[in-house]
Amino acid sequence: MSAFLEGFLQAIQLIASFDPDLMEIVRLSLLVSGSALVISAALGLPAGIALGLKDFRGKRLLVALVYTGMGLPPVVVGLTIYILLSRQGPLGELGWLFTPRAMVITQTILALPLIIGFTMTAIAAAPPALSLQLRSLGATQRQIVFTLLYEARAGVLAALIAGFGAIISEVGSVMIVGGNIEHKTRVLTTSIVLETRRGNFALAIALGVILLAITFSANWLLLHLQGRLDPRQ
Amino acid sequence: MFFSDDILRLEAIEHRYGARVVLRVPELAIRPGEIFAVVGPSGAGKSTLLRLMNFLEKPTRGRVIYHGRAWTPGSLPIALRRKMTTVFQQPLLLNASVARNVAYGLRVRGARNGKSDIRQALEEVRLAHLAEQSAQTLSGGEAQRVSLARALVLNPELLFLDEPTANLDPGNVKLIEEIVRRANQERGATVVLVTHNVWQARRLAHRVALLYEGEIIETAPTRDFFEHPQDPRTRAFLSGDLVY
Repeated sequence: MSAFLEGFLQAIQLIASFDPDLMEIVRLSLLVSGSALVISAALGLPAGIALGLKDFRGKRLLVALVYTGMGLPPVVVGLTIYILLSRQGPLGELGWLFTPRAMVITQTILALPLIIGFTMTAIAAAPPALSLQLRSLGATQRQIVFTLLYEARAGVLAALIAGFGAIISEVGSVMIVGGNIEHKTRVLTTSIVLETRRGNFALAIALGVILLAITFSANWLLLHLQGRLDPRQ
Repeated sequence: MFFSDDILRLEAIEHRYGARVVLRVPELAIRPGEIFAVVGPSGAGKSTLLRLMNFLEKPTRGRVIYHGRAWTPGSLPIALRRKMTTVFQQPLLLNASVARNVAYGLRVRGARNGKSDIRQALEEVRLAHLAEQSAQTLSGGEAQRVSLARALVLNPELLFLDEPTANLDPGNVKLIEEIVRRANQERGATVVLVTHNVWQARRLAHRVALLYEGEIIETAPTRDFFEHPQDPRTRAFLSGDLVY
């Protein structure tokens, strides 16, 4: 119990002192997960909208693949990317292994199915006749898509929250492809693993508290945005 | 018979869902300035007919002619599409305020100064006092009136109404019928009304058609349709004896 209390106090101390090592780790965590979220949103939102709106041959299979992807084991993703980026791998020449780029790739792959799946469900939940109504009111296809996206904003924000929550707290894949190299690829989750192994439980808990605080702040921000976009609130 | 000034014409229309023929209309013309009612039992194909007329669905065969040319949903220029609109049976309002819902069609047209038009449309449907309220909090009748205001504010040349008063109380039905009549007389909208309520068709329409099992059985001026129906199925439908 004292380790928790000590960890909590140490977290406050670390944050208050703007510890440069900690700030570097926090910055890299946000940069990696933030970049992965932006890329997966840029790819996942249009894909989710298309899956939610269109019926086509093979859609059922694609949806099943998306749902499977929502439960992808991070270590398997990490291992796959490791093999692809390793010196002998097909993408070895890029030299991205043990760099933040490799970490962004794995986190993008992990967040993408979540964003596609949640967006698809949110868009598909709109009444089927709504698209016809918007078209009949003179909206172009592009305007219809933006209106439906706005209508499904609660679900879309949930998709972003789910995607960010999954990757900021993920450790297996970033450990494999990043290597937890100090001042290069060390992020909050890999630091927690390292400090736990070293027996620095208070520091590990402190880092955990900071990770939780970041996740909470990000979710709070998105929920606040969700509330502002809802005319009922 | 077709007239050169018909605003909308359907020619040799056949529409299928899979192998099933749901609509077969050899010819049908809508004249400018009229209220044309299509009556018929549920499942007769009335809503499908309306979707074809509003270019929301492409007929399997045949032509829909608007402003003298045959178009499909894909080929209809946006400027012509924006001359017509549909009010569906379900109001299908956006999760926004009443005023923003009414403004939707104006916004997609890029109109910036529509405030007075929005206010006027809301006054016409007697909902100006609810302009800033969330559309999700409205009753069924209010929501349908907002849906009507959203159409009226566009001053459509052609207004399609798909069972606009189904499941509404008599007060709202009366009010909506008044609004439709005014849209026709004061705003000059040509109205195509689809309803299974024959009395509503009699109160509002200049001409009425019976659609039964996907086919137009009879089209006539309202008085003739109700007082001297030519087809035995029309007589049966009007007397409530048509079994379907």
